[in-house]
Amino acid sequence: MEKLIMRRMHQGGTEEMILNFGPQHPSTHGVINFLVETDGEVLRRAVPDVGYLHRSIEKIAESVGYPGFMPYTDRIDYVAAMFANEGWAVAVEKLLKIEVPKRAQYLRAVSCELCRIASHLVSVGTMATDIGATTPLVHGIRERESINDLIEALCGARLTYNYHRIGGVAFDLPAGWPAKVKVFLDHFDKLLGEWDRLISFNEIYVKRLAGVAVITGEQARNYGLVGPNLRGSGVDWDCRRDAPYGAYPELQFEVPVGKGFRGTVGDAFDRYYVRVLEMRESARIVRQALAWLEQNEGEIMAKVPRKVKPEAGEVLSRVESARGEMGYYVVSDGTEKPWRVHVRTGSFLAMGIIEDLSPGLMVADLVALIASLDVVAPEIDR
Amino acid sequence: MTTNEIHEKLKARFGDAVGPLSEPKIDPFAVVRADALPEIARFLRDEPSLALDFLENLSGVDYPKRNVIEVVYHLFSYGLKHGIVLKVEANREDPRVPSVEAIWKSANWMEREAYDLLGLVFEGHPDLRRVLLPDDWEGHPLRKDWQEHGGYHGISNVRENPLVELRRLDEIARAEELKRNPPPPPPPAAAAPAAPAAPSTPPAPQTPPAGT
Repeated sequence: MEKLIMRRMHQGGTEEMILNFGPQHPSTHGVINFLVETDGEVLRRAVPDVGYLHRSIEKIAESVGYPGFMPYTDRIDYVAAMFANEGWAVAVEKLLKIEVPKRAQYLRAVSCELCRIASHLVSVGTMATDIGATTPLVHGIRERESINDLIEALCGARLTYNYHRIGGVAFDLPAGWPAKVKVFLDHFDKLLGEWDRLISFNEIYVKRLAGVAVITGEQARNYGLVGPNLRGSGVDWDCRRDAPYGAYPELQFEVPVGKGFRGTVGDAFDRYYVRVLEMRESARIVRQALAWLEQNEGEIMAKVPRKVKPEAGEVLSRVESARGEMGYYVVSDGTEKPWRVHVRTGSFLAMGIIEDLSPGLMVADLVALIASLDVVAPEIDR
Repeated sequence: MTTNEIHEKLKARFGDAVGPLSEPKIDPFAVVRADALPEIARFLRDEPSLALDFLENLSGVDYPKRNVIEVVYHLFSYGLKHGIVLKVEANREDPRVPSVEAIWKSANWMEREAYDLLGLVFEGHPDLRRVLLPDDWEGHPLRKDWQEHGGYHGISNVRENPLVELRRLDEIARAEELKRNPPPPPPPAAAAPAAPAAPSTPPAPQTPPAGT
């Protein structure tokens, strides 16, 4: 990598500076390295160097079998582990042709949307930290703690939830839980208004993000961006609505899309603000799903054979994670262990666009770009 | 448009280069010939009635028995909400596949990943380097016949069970402690156990020597 950059440098014949961003830099959101060629404070190029957290999860999947891989999926995206669980469960259920009970689907919707709020709180909080404000992170983490308390009551864990199972979910609602969630949501809705007044439309904040690192809709599709990064660029696509799964067809929600809220469509501010709006929609979904769960009874697990042994075939599952579309490409050869598993994550491809988008950015704006893409290192490396 | 219709359209345009659609074992797919892939990819993206603008996933799958590595392309259209799965088969000994990076930029990193983990060479890729593993890594771990090296740069990846190691350390510490403070000699009461044995075998009464 260094050699590569040195060669490029000598071809130009000019003297540039090469900076190492990371691997342990506060703005790299995990262990990622960026080799940055700068001309003064302007970037010539930023080359992402990933893989510091690679744990060969796909190879592990080939040796542990279908139910055994479930705890490993938590580690793929530790900020939003619910979705990684759900994606794996959906893939194996498709292979086994299992119908998940309605109640389990609603429980999945509640847990996932709470997790989405928790993940976005980290995202918008750390984004503010990256561009120079510390208080928003404290606000975000404070609210995330409340959600973690709720999720801990539901499934016993605060980070690697491991709540979903092949065919359903592990536990039903604890006694008195919906009331607690509603108290939190009433507080949270008010907080979001406050968040907008205090942080989102703060003049300094807007100036640091609006018009910075613009990704057009065409580019976003071409580079395979997904989720809030794609919607921030004005592409109106959400798996929950457009490729529906689980309980989502029965739930009412809006899909926020970047409109150039303060700058142009697809700038860092749009990607940020789409996440803020999504938290509000997630809160709305949680309320509806909880109302359904309180009125209806039912099973939380389908009948799953003791030995999970799907017939030969292959499937790509698709769920809308906090970081966009997440999927597992699973090839089954008819034995108890998958022949091949490929994890399709949003962060991996979001890194792919940085090298091409970086020329001409300021060094400080590179930080805003990385933060606005909301990448998480283990999801890149797997 | 259904997958079948997309497939028929491809078949009409490219003839033998496109194989039949597999039986729908969960997700159906069609195998296409490697040399026709760039043309097919361009057609799929640019034909307005197809508009497959999103390369959702690209993965390689190793099949040593058939001596083949499959490259699997999941394509999807945001506008028309349809998709198709294509496969290209590469020879396992010398797996070369044309790159589709020029058509979908998302292929750039996904092809690098497949090169890294499976050793697939994508011809025409602008920057084919390892992405997840170190530059000096040997071999491609997702191949089925890949063997672990047992270490990397002298760092062994085999460890003794830490509990076994802890027990060994404990035993060493205990032995040293014994050496430093040898236990006191057993008290004389230690002979006591012998005493109760005495009644069980009572000494024969001293018989007075027979006198004359």
